[in-house]
Amino acid sequence: MSVQEVLPLGGVATGQSGQVRADHLLVADMVKPGSKVLDVGCGDGDLLQLLEARGIDGRGIELSREGVNRCVAKGLAVVQGDADTDLVNYPDDAFDYVILSQTLQATRQPKVVLENLLRIGHRAIVSFPNFGFWKMRLQLLIGGHMPRTENLPATWYDTANIHFCTIKDFVELCDAINVKMERSVALDLYGRPVPLNLPWWVWNMFGEQAVFLLSRGGGK
Amino acid sequence: MVGVKSIPSPAISADDRSHEVDHPSSLVAHFAADQPLPLDCGVDLTPFQIAYQTYGELNADRSNAILICHALTGDQHVANVHPVTGKPGWWETLVGPGRPLDPDRYFIICSNVIGGCMGSTGPASINPATGKVWGLEFPVITIPDMVRAQAMLIDRLGIDTLFAVVGGSMGGMQVLQWTAAYPARVFSALAIACSTRHSAQNIAFHELGRQAVMADPDWHNGGYADRGIHPHRGLAVARMAAHITYLSDAALHRKFGRRMQDRDLPTFSFDADFQVESYLRYQGSSFVERFDANAYLYLTRAMDYFDIAADHDGVLAKAFAGIQTRFCVVSFTSDWLFPTSESRALVHALNASSARVSFAEIETDRGHDAFLLDVPEFFDISRAFLQSGGKARGLNGGGG
Repeated sequence: MSVQEVLPLGGVATGQSGQVRADHLLVADMVKPGSKVLDVGCGDGDLLQLLEARGIDGRGIELSREGVNRCVAKGLAVVQGDADTDLVNYPDDAFDYVILSQTLQATRQPKVVLENLLRIGHRAIVSFPNFGFWKMRLQLLIGGHMPRTENLPATWYDTANIHFCTIKDFVELCDAINVKMERSVALDLYGRPVPLNLPWWVWNMFGEQAVFLLSRGGGK
Repeated sequence: MVGVKSIPSPAISADDRSHEVDHPSSLVAHFAADQPLPLDCGVDLTPFQIAYQTYGELNADRSNAILICHALTGDQHVANVHPVTGKPGWWETLVGPGRPLDPDRYFIICSNVIGGCMGSTGPASINPATGKVWGLEFPVITIPDMVRAQAMLIDRLGIDTLFAVVGGSMGGMQVLQWTAAYPARVFSALAIACSTRHSAQNIAFHELGRQAVMADPDWHNGGYADRGIHPHRGLAVARMAAHITYLSDAALHRKFGRRMQDRDLPTFSFDADFQVESYLRYQGSSFVERFDANAYLYLTRAMDYFDIAADHDGVLAKAFAGIQTRFCVVSFTSDWLFPTSESRALVHALNASSARVSFAEIETDRGHDAFLLDVPEFFDISRAFLQSGGKARGLNGGGG
């Protein structure tokens, strides 16, 4: 993916019409052709459409009724459901990949959700906003208030995001529940991948969001 | 003396009704002794007939056929004037030119279920062995029996795979039975406001309706036809009770509130003072014009017995193992007869079977009957589901 293709990341904000969101392209590139994918929190189904256009068998779960209806109108196989309560109903190994895009921080039990993702899917692709991003830290350190950004504009009392974490926190969770990180990409404020050869603390400081490709760890 | 008005007798005579039973204003497929219908109760029904309507043309590939399955009190007259009541077809909101089920694109079939009373063989039909109306001599039928008969009709029409099977309520049960019994013959399935099994509460309501029919002295243990009468009071009460379950508290309140019918003050009698009473009485009395009381007993029984999981070791997902059919499941928020939780259980089983399923819950206060009403969001989803399925099936032709 060239730098020019990378649009400003909208964990929330959508790209201009007709354009494919950068994080969607990044996620789609992590999925092997011909595989079976469950997109948890699939919104309007843009990522699923991108995946199906690549010959991937995609399914979705979406909380909002409007989102589900728009997905069905696009011919996508999407069911209304909640990541916190409905993932338990999916059998083991049902999918090659389970995607959780910009949703982990809004779940009640991120650890349980993550465990379910890797029970249902052989691999999981998880993206989330990094609360260790320097601008966030600065707002708390200097401003003395809970950080708000363009992508996360809600106030602390309005936000649906109840479980923020940093990249470092997420990595620690993966280690704690024996999840293997196969690939990880941090994206800076401009949606550009933070170079791979930099140390973790740089990612945690300059990554505005992160995308992880995860698989089940070996036995402990 | 307190004034009482009972439910009026129907304007249409029993003769009009029985004429449709044996000589329906529909296409009829006759199945002779060489093609019996094996019923779940162990009896072979033969000879028998299926009355059906079609709309649109079957394409050269025979790939554009949609079977509509009607609900408990529906019939094959989906999108034409009803021969008995003179009213428009029961699903003209969904079926017609420019509608989601467009006869310009699809070959649409709807047959009266076995056990019904609009031309397919049922308890109101003549038993050829006796020359008399079947009545309670008619074998008890099930939803799988209805679907088996439909499959014989589809064979007769020279159709191998249906592009879609569509239905709500008891029609939705038939849709699910189609996918469980003939998965390879159903390309896509649109199951609306239904369930894979009839709940205890629903069985209870059906029992109430049946007891109302049986309590009518004109029922005569099901033998009313020989006497030239019909237990219209009992059947009307059954319909009134059932009709309440098709609506919702909010819908009744919005439609009628506590408003009075053609009066300002209570009459201090048991007359229909309230609009909602008058409405229910009308629903009851108009229903008996077109429906046979014994058929009502048989069809409610068929729904009660329905339980797909029970036929698959109690595991619902087994019923759909390896299925390739595309599913769309729709429920309505205010439907308390077939609540969203029932649809969700179905969706979980389909997910567990790796089936391709969409599920949408439509917000409406109109209760179970919402599937028959003008609910744009429901139409949008139905249209989109069929169109995307049509694309996958290689059906061409724009519009719709």
